[in-house]
Amino acid sequence: MANEPAVRHAKEREPLVTISRRKNMPFWTRMCIRVGAGLVALILCGVITILVTGDNPFSIYYTMFLGAFGTADDIWFTFQNVVMLLGVAVALTPAFRMKFWNTGGEGQVLIGALATAMCMLSLGGKLSEGSLIAVTLVASLLSGALWGFIPALFKAQFKTNETLFTLMMNYVAIYLIKFFIELTDQSGSHTVGPSLLSHGWLPSLFGKPYLLNILVIGVLTVFMYVYLNYSKHGYEISVVGESENTARYIGINVKKVIIRTMILSGAICGLVGFLLVAGTSHSIDENIAEGRGFTAIMVSWLAKFDPLVMVVTSLLIVFMQRGADKISTNFDINSSFADILTGIIIFFIIGCEFFINYELHFRKKSAKEVQ
Amino acid sequence: MGQILNFLIRAVLQGTPLLYGATGEIITEKAGNLNLGIPGIMYVGAISGVMGGFFYNEAVKESVLSFSPVLALLIPFLSCLAGSLLASLIYSFLTITLRANQNVTGLALTTFGVGFGNFFGGSLIKLTGSATPYLSLAKISKVYQSFLPFGSKNGFMVYLAVILAVVAAYMIRRTRLGLQLRAVGESPATADAAGINVTRYKYAATCIGGMIAGLGGLYFIMDYSNGIWQDGGFGDRGWLAIAIVIFAIWRPELAIPGSYLFGGLYILYNRLNVSMQYQPLFQLLPYAVTILVLIIVSVRKKRENQPPASLGLSYFREDR
Repeated sequence: MANEPAVRHAKEREPLVTISRRKNMPFWTRMCIRVGAGLVALILCGVITILVTGDNPFSIYYTMFLGAFGTADDIWFTFQNVVMLLGVAVALTPAFRMKFWNTGGEGQVLIGALATAMCMLSLGGKLSEGSLIAVTLVASLLSGALWGFIPALFKAQFKTNETLFTLMMNYVAIYLIKFFIELTDQSGSHTVGPSLLSHGWLPSLFGKPYLLNILVIGVLTVFMYVYLNYSKHGYEISVVGESENTARYIGINVKKVIIRTMILSGAICGLVGFLLVAGTSHSIDENIAEGRGFTAIMVSWLAKFDPLVMVVTSLLIVFMQRGADKISTNFDINSSFADILTGIIIFFIIGCEFFINYELHFRKKSAKEVQ
Repeated sequence: MGQILNFLIRAVLQGTPLLYGATGEIITEKAGNLNLGIPGIMYVGAISGVMGGFFYNEAVKESVLSFSPVLALLIPFLSCLAGSLLASLIYSFLTITLRANQNVTGLALTTFGVGFGNFFGGSLIKLTGSATPYLSLAKISKVYQSFLPFGSKNGFMVYLAVILAVVAAYMIRRTRLGLQLRAVGESPATADAAGINVTRYKYAATCIGGMIAGLGGLYFIMDYSNGIWQDGGFGDRGWLAIAIVIFAIWRPELAIPGSYLFGGLYILYNRLNVSMQYQPLFQLLPYAVTILVLIIVSVRKKRENQPPASLGLSYFREDR
């Protein structure tokens, strides 16, 4: 009787499962776990789709594939979506490596798009097409950079919470665009379309509408890979991300790095906004970024902040969205279906990281339990 | 005078869903979890309530059950709580047990939740076979609006929001439970060393916070919109709720005036006779005010006004 609490205590001391950090898992094992999680998620999505549509699984995956790669136009459109998402993800990555949680990609893209549209509207016809494009480009880069600079300045000076700050900046940009539309658009269509933004369009290379966008983002992705991995700036970013104190100790100006990186991050987002308006739709409304600022956070994170891997992760996300769109039109179900599937896949891939970073130890059957 | 009073009432009604969201998010953030999935959870809560109400309605129509106000109230209410609990559990499991990144998980949950809401909302609308792009639960809405004898138009959920905020404020500031919750949010390692079960507190705070936020969605449908579900109708109110958390410097009692203020700002353009063109500038105000508060709080550096110190970080005991 007297030693019963002690026994209970001993039992409490050894829980069923203990967790410890895992170190140096081989590259291939890591990849297998991630791909495995992706497959489990795809199967689960398939099961859900079967339940909703009643179709057989193979035809569903085939429909999804058709949605993304069915016709030449589909393929171009898919890649256009991939590079736009990739562009934002690449833009956010340097900030993330610095552990600066830039949730404001959406706003930075939007403000770049707004600057583009304003230049196209006010300067269109007054400058030659070439110089108009140059002015527009600079304006979009500067406005995106400004949207990155403001939260970075306060983060560097006062440690203002950047996640919440950048999040709020998104909505400032959204309502500024709405205001611009209200001022410009007289037809009540809630967009400012190609008829108003008739100048300063980017040329389409070889008659392919999205080729220029794809090339620009491709170059940018490679640049970012080199910048982050092989430049002094990239090194400084990594050190600041690992430990600000270490960075300060080895003589890195932390404030400068934070501000410089966020200006870069915002400027690239602004560039994506420029490509969306001047290079793609030639119109603007507050949905032009299509939530990519948020999706890109997941793309970048899933790729472990490696710009080259982001090509794969953004393709995965876009494939899911386009495929699910196709399913919802084919089977006449709600288009929000794509969001549910995207959410499920991301949950799984987020979750599987645990098994890469941690190890589970199950309690071995002890003598006491056998008693 | 009547107009001003009318405006204030509208502001309170408009602010009520925000108050639920903000109270829920404050409780969650006090445990160190920055749940950016709140906008999604509010959608899930709303659609779960609507589904509960819808199937109860169908059962009444097919005279399986007779219409009873108590059931009409309880079924949507409980299904809303259950739905938002499940959504919060997804977030909790991923961030607390699996220690996933909170920002990514939260944003994914918002994508998922908004999609979930609109998908099932759209599907229910199709089930009814009507040509209108919305679903109406007017009968149940009447119950919600007239549950209390006083306050002809405002249902009980307007008062419940205030009560919950006051109770949350009291719990956080004045009880041992709240003290331990704050300890978990400020420094989980210290709390752990003091014998507080960090995991349990984080789970409880996130789930309770999520359920309260979900009620905001339910209120919006059942009371504010007279029982009408429309896809995407809830809008960006979830993000406003997160903004109010900052505005209220993580205090539920300040979230009450904060929510009503934001609610007022949200509809201010309707009341002032500004031309349509300047509406977006008024809609921008709440966010600009939030940014301002965020800056002021961080510049003044008063310790009691800061966000919980471990906000956004997952806790693993062996990381020291």
